Amino acid sequence: MSSKLRDLIKTVRSCKTAAEERSQIAKESALIRTAMKEEDIESRQRNVAKLLYIHMLGYPTQFGQMECLKLIVSPSYADKRIGYLGLMLLLDEKQEVLLLATNCIRGDIMNPNQFIVGVSLCAFGNICSTAMARDISPEIEKVISHSNPYIRKKAALCAIRVLRKVPDLTENYIPKIKALLSERNHAVILTALTLIVEICEMDGTQIVHFKKMVPQLVRILKSLTSSGYLPEHDIGGVTDPFLQVKILRLLRILGQNDPESSDAMNDILAQVSTNTDSTKNVGNAILYECVQTIMSIESENGLKVMAINILGRFLLNRDNNIRYVALNTLSRVVNTDIQAVQRHRNTIVECLKDPDVSIRCRALDLIYSLVTESNIRVLVRELLNFLLIADAQFKSELVAKLCIVTEKYAPNKRWQIDTILRVMSIAGNFIPDEVPSNLIQLISSTPELSSYAVQKLYLALKQDITQQPLTQVGLWCIGEYGDLLVADKSQLPKDEDGLSLNVSEQAVIDIIDSIFRHATTTQATRQYSLTSLAKLSSRFSQSSLQRIKTMIDNYKQNINLELQQRACEYSTLFDFDKKSSILDRMPPIEKQEESPHIGNKNIPTQTPPQQHYNQQQQPQQQSQQQSSQFGSILDGLDSPTQSSANSGNNNNKQGGNNAMSLLEDIFGPTPTPTSNGNMNNNNNNMNNNNYGMGGMMNNNNNNNNNMGVMMNNNNNSNNNNNRSQASALLDIMGDLQLTPTPQQQQQQQQSPPPQQPLSPTSSVLQPVPQPLTFLVYQKHGLNISYECSKPQPNNLSLTNINMVITNTGSSPITNFSLQAAVPKYLKIQLLPPSSTVIPPNNSGEVTQVSKVLNSQQGQKPILLRLKLDFQINGQPFSDVPDTPLPSLF
Amino acid sequence: MIHFILIQNRQGKTRLSKWYTPYEDVEKRKLSHEIHKIVNSRETKFTNFVEFRTHRIVYRRYAGLFFSVCVDPTDNELFCLEAIHLFVEVLDAYFGNVCELDLVFNFYKVYAIIDEVFLAGELMEPSKHVILQRMEFLDNLP
Repeated sequence: MSSKLRDLIKTVRSCKTAAEERSQIAKESALIRTAMKEEDIESRQRNVAKLLYIHMLGYPTQFGQMECLKLIVSPSYADKRIGYLGLMLLLDEKQEVLLLATNCIRGDIMNPNQFIVGVSLCAFGNICSTAMARDISPEIEKVISHSNPYIRKKAALCAIRVLRKVPDLTENYIPKIKALLSERNHAVILTALTLIVEICEMDGTQIVHFKKMVPQLVRILKSLTSSGYLPEHDIGGVTDPFLQVKILRLLRILGQNDPESSDAMNDILAQVSTNTDSTKNVGNAILYECVQTIMSIESENGLKVMAINILGRFLLNRDNNIRYVALNTLSRVVNTDIQAVQRHRNTIVECLKDPDVSIRCRALDLIYSLVTESNIRVLVRELLNFLLIADAQFKSELVAKLCIVTEKYAPNKRWQIDTILRVMSIAGNFIPDEVPSNLIQLISSTPELSSYAVQKLYLALKQDITQQPLTQVGLWCIGEYGDLLVADKSQLPKDEDGLSLNVSEQAVIDIIDSIFRHATTTQATRQYSLTSLAKLSSRFSQSSLQRIKTMIDNYKQNINLELQQRACEYSTLFDFDKKSSILDRMPPIEKQEESPHIGNKNIPTQTPPQQHYNQQQQPQQQSQQQSSQFGSILDGLDSPTQSSANSGNNNNKQGGNNAMSLLEDIFGPTPTPTSNGNMNNNNNNMNNNNYGMGGMMNNNNNNNNNMGVMMNNNNNSNNNNNRSQASALLDIMGDLQLTPTPQQQQQQQQSPPPQQPLSPTSSVLQPVPQPLTFLVYQKHGLNISYECSKPQPNNLSLTNINMVITNTGSSPITNFSLQAAVPKYLKIQLLPPSSTVIPPNNSGEVTQVSKVLNSQQGQKPILLRLKLDFQINGQPFSDVPDTPLPSLF
Repeated sequence: MIHFILIQNRQGKTRLSKWYTPYEDVEKRKLSHEIHKIVNSRETKFTNFVEFRTHRIVYRRYAGLFFSVCVDPTDNELFCLEAIHLFVEVLDAYFGNVCELDLVFNFYKVYAIIDEVFLAGELMEPSKHVILQRMEFLDNLP
């Protein structure tokens, strides 16, 4: 005879070390296993109990699963009880062994002994699987109207479990529920309500079956609130708060968008919200539920005001739990009645200072929705104070939201710039990536503030150069507006808080130098610094030029390819007499959410006229979202100046009025067998590449000579060989000096520019992608593979996709149809399939040819969404798979 | 709905766990560990609610024991708190001034009580008296 469970627990508890405990458990497990093997029926119950203890300690006990099954088939209640407990602890719905118990549970549910029915229902309700739910549902439907309320309440909750697993069975239960509600037993009503709530939340169309119950529910609730002291159901002086809460919750579901039902509830809701004692947690639980119901249904306005007032009282409560639920509810109702919530603004702001993170989270959520034009200054000041002390986990979310509200409600641009600068200087490196670029966009689109902004940024940099996003924006602005920064401001009229610093060129270069040297400066910031210096070279006097040149030259041998490329390029630029116009100020950057111009570009891989060079980051930092945003900004940039290919075209058409198009000088689209076409292609090539970089020059129609320094086009993730890129870059730089001879310029002006963007020489640097075959879809025996090829080596935007469809199944696929949809930037032509029947067992193939024109070739991948319809043995199938091509094919 | 109930002591030993949503054993251990770390580090005057992954933990400390339940974020938190209290009151009345050791030695009884209070992740019986009556009845069965 083995030892008792109690002794085992004592032994284990007396173990001094983990090793000792392990050996004890191992010994005990061995004993139990032996007993099991010997089919020791007498100690089976005790052994399973011990196993459960061992299981709770976290040791393996799989060998006991069958033993539990043996116990539940035993006729004795005591055996069944421990057997079902073991079943619930050792198994869950995912285990196959559970299926073996199905028959036994079904038998036990129909057992005449109510205790056996009880334990079996309990196990069923807690661990049943989908298959089991389907099998045993008929029995549950029977016992849900059992004569014993103890069984009925369990059956009602088991029904929830069944419906969670198999929602189709809902219809079977609806007729049975009504009877449960007319019970006197509170537990049965409670479980029935839970069941109704579950059904309504799973499927909104079922709500209509329960609308008629509203008066009955109101009656039950009324009797609960008006009944005197009922010892059996009293909790803290309130009669059955659990039942009250459940009724209120169901009323909320039934009253939503239904004025008639809502009308029937108004009185009782008013009664509950005035009569409930709010000094204890139970009362507050009811009030909380009641307020939520009032705010969700079509209740009277007076009632809504009362509800908000209850929440206001909650906010002042000393108990944090109550304040938490108040904040939680307020943020849900803030859209229905913002004025009423505004009245509690100060209290809510106070909650930001609470030591409890749960409260702070809720308060923050709420405050964002309270910001308006009128209170933004106050609230943002509070949020900035909070940002100072906030935990790291909060900061980036807080910054993102701050920027959103600032942009939405800012009273003026200067305030907006100031605020974002403060955010950036406080939150340091927690800034989301889009914040700096938005700020640059803002500064560049408000020329009247650029002097102010660059001075502010200069001051910020003087204080701190370790905050990378801030430093990057600062460098961008110094590069762009360096002349304004060093300008003599003593003559200018000073407005009240306008800045008028007198900064020397040397001091500015010193700061950039210190940024270069600082240990925490990232490569991306160094790239900004280089570009900034290049720009300053045209804005500062001759005396500073030598120093700038030396600083840039230092990077010509840098180990970082990106920096080296840049330094080489800029240093070559200095020898190039057009540089002043190249380095001119960028036109205001338009912000555009959408990119409606995509379709207008015929050669989108051409670099857009200006590049938002602040956007670039280290490739590994960039997220998908970031790159798409980048794309949209580029597209937006495109609109005022037109795409470079177009602008070249237009310049020519307008005759010689415009200044010489720099684009044509260098990248002239003439297909003469000079290096021009080659260059052009180089650029395409580099745009396609993370490491791509090239100086692009362009003249737009407004005689604005702009420079877009194009670096790191983040749109793509093409991993071309860096080395060949580097050499390609050198080619560009070599050509830069050779190309713009006057004769060539004239030639280009006279000859009409052909549309063909790439000369045949392109294949030297970027070979046309090889035809590619790959499988895109495989299901139901249907296989689709794509054979992709580029039919025209000089027009990579056109792709032929030959879809080869085969059938590995044993029956033929009939009525096959394949349709394809593509994003807007693609154009697709789909020819009919060679047959609508695909023979089985791979014995033949069907082909369907499609041609895709990618207007964003090199920037966006080709993506096809197929719609497949077909029949196998008369049974229809359909599917809508997405089939992307390898990026940039 | 309740996804799981945990009873843990201050040292992080899980005295009892009841799972209404299936998790792998490794995941169960991870959850218990994380939740203990969260609830144990909170001060007494803090809220009894913590947002946890996509759910919410409602917990309450009784002497050295944490009773934590994981619920959906749409559930009424105060209701859950009251349900925990109901369960603890039943334990207290059943064992007579319940302590941690009672739970260790009589874990199967505690499971039986849980099964009388909750089923399928929902509260089943709101009355303390009914539960106690039932437990007494079950104990006296042969």
